[in-house]
Amino acid sequence: MPLMLELQGVTQIFGGVTALEDVCFTASAGDITGVIGPNGAGKTTLFNIVTGIYSQTSGRVLFEGRDVSGLPPEKLATVGIVRTFQNIELFANMTVLENVMVGLHTRSRSGLLACSLRMPWAMREERQIRGEAVKWLEFAGIAELADVEAGNLPFGKGRLLEIARAMALQPRILLMDEPAAGLNSRETMGLAALIRQIRDMGVTVMLVEHDMELVMDICDRIVVLNLGRKLAEGTPRQIQDNPDVVAAYLGVDE
Amino acid sequence: MKRELMKFLLFAIPMLLLPLALQGGYMLNVMVFVGINTMLAVALNLLLGYAGQISLGHAGFFGLGAYISGALTTISGLNPWLAMPLAALVVGLLAFGIGFPILKLKGHYLAMATLGLGIIIYIAFNETVTLTGGPSGLSGIPNLSLGGFVFDSDLKNYYLIWFFTLLVVLFSLNLAGSRIGRALRAVHDSEVAARVVGVNARLLKVQIFTLSAVICSLAGSLYAHTMTFLAPASFGFHFSVELLTMVVIGGLGSVYGSFLGAALLTLLPEFLRAAHDYDIVIYGILLIVMVMFMPGGLVRGVPEIYRKLASRRGNAADA
Repeated sequence: MPLMLELQGVTQIFGGVTALEDVCFTASAGDITGVIGPNGAGKTTLFNIVTGIYSQTSGRVLFEGRDVSGLPPEKLATVGIVRTFQNIELFANMTVLENVMVGLHTRSRSGLLACSLRMPWAMREERQIRGEAVKWLEFAGIAELADVEAGNLPFGKGRLLEIARAMALQPRILLMDEPAAGLNSRETMGLAALIRQIRDMGVTVMLVEHDMELVMDICDRIVVLNLGRKLAEGTPRQIQDNPDVVAAYLGVDE
Repeated sequence: MKRELMKFLLFAIPMLLLPLALQGGYMLNVMVFVGINTMLAVALNLLLGYAGQISLGHAGFFGLGAYISGALTTISGLNPWLAMPLAALVVGLLAFGIGFPILKLKGHYLAMATLGLGIIIYIAFNETVTLTGGPSGLSGIPNLSLGGFVFDSDLKNYYLIWFFTLLVVLFSLNLAGSRIGRALRAVHDSEVAARVVGVNARLLKVQIFTLSAVICSLAGSLYAHTMTFLAPASFGFHFSVELLTMVVIGGLGSVYGSFLGAALLTLLPEFLRAAHDYDIVIYGILLIVMVMFMPGGLVRGVPEIYRKLASRRGNAADA
């Protein structure tokens, strides 16, 4: 499998605190890669670096062999790196459908003048965007909520909307920060199926997650972070049997 | 889409027929100001209500448009129809250049920076006496004319100003309902989420700031050529705050709301004249009451109060 994402010696220092230290790993195209670790391990920091929210102190991020270190999030989104957030970041005052339509912003071209003058091509594009947005709502199973204001959605539906919006960009890799957080067990099962479906569409998935059952169930590979360093990397079976990982999670007898 | 057009016609046709009801005179002149203020409030609303970026310096852009138009036509003798787009171009370039550093700021800091910008422009109007006439003003600005037809009466000016006002309203409605308007609202709701789905928030904010300034400049040029006299006092901090009040009272993120806000704040002082010295007090109290009871602005508050009254009447009938 070709490499989708490669981290080379990524280090992040905030003030005097080292959040990540010399982290190296790869994610293969078509895999679901899980990033796990105790609280404060640096998982979210890692995601913020890969998606351009932070720029790392040192090290490189390669995406399909190309150095994308330091590119801003909007640029990475057009390249094919898209993410979701732990606490869901929706456009709360816009409808569910409009949220997904914003996800199609980069795949439409009409400029400020064409839009303001209602040029025929701008209107045609607007209809295409609307149609495609509906398709992504159906994909996430929330089409019946299209006209609901996103701020009024229950948490689980909001999570699905965020995924639909991200998928509308047709990413090459989708990074999900704790997608199962706040979901009940039935919603989590639906999420697992949805993530597999996304993978089967050819989108590489990387997720940070605390729900071990979910991680072991759906991930092809797992990377374990502890205190800002990579502790282990391997298949779910290898990780479960790794004594270092067990020690990091449960502590060890002196 | 059809409904949007109907709404616009319901707004535009009465405005075009209004002079028949007013039968000339003073109120016609006041309605010219309502038109100018509507353009300005709509422009500020695109920035504040849609993109969520405050400006306390918009009177400066309005003034720049007015003075550039005024100076070019009086000192250089340029045709007003050429002076207007030239002023808009200069103001647009200025806003674009300033927009990049200034719009990196957020919230109170952006308010302070735009406040400073407005004050600097205001000082320039007072100090560049050779161009602006300084505090004593700039007079003798020519009216606009088409062929031999000169816009020199209140009625002619009314149609001139409202032609442009309706254009600005229509333009802004279209923009607000498009992918650009959607992206602006997205940046307003969550800038980080907008960026991770590919919206270039920084550029978009600068673009809308520029567009907003250009509309203000256009309104300023029209103001200069209808009033034919300019003084710096019309373009100070006080007027920037008044514009902000129009936008908030009318309703953030609503183009028609900006018209309501502009109309109310322009007409209210006229109607309160009867209260003599107490007009300012009543004006202030009315604004406070409106903000308290209609936090969404007139455009959302009035229908809501109407609904409440209707349902209360319904309940009373049931009892």
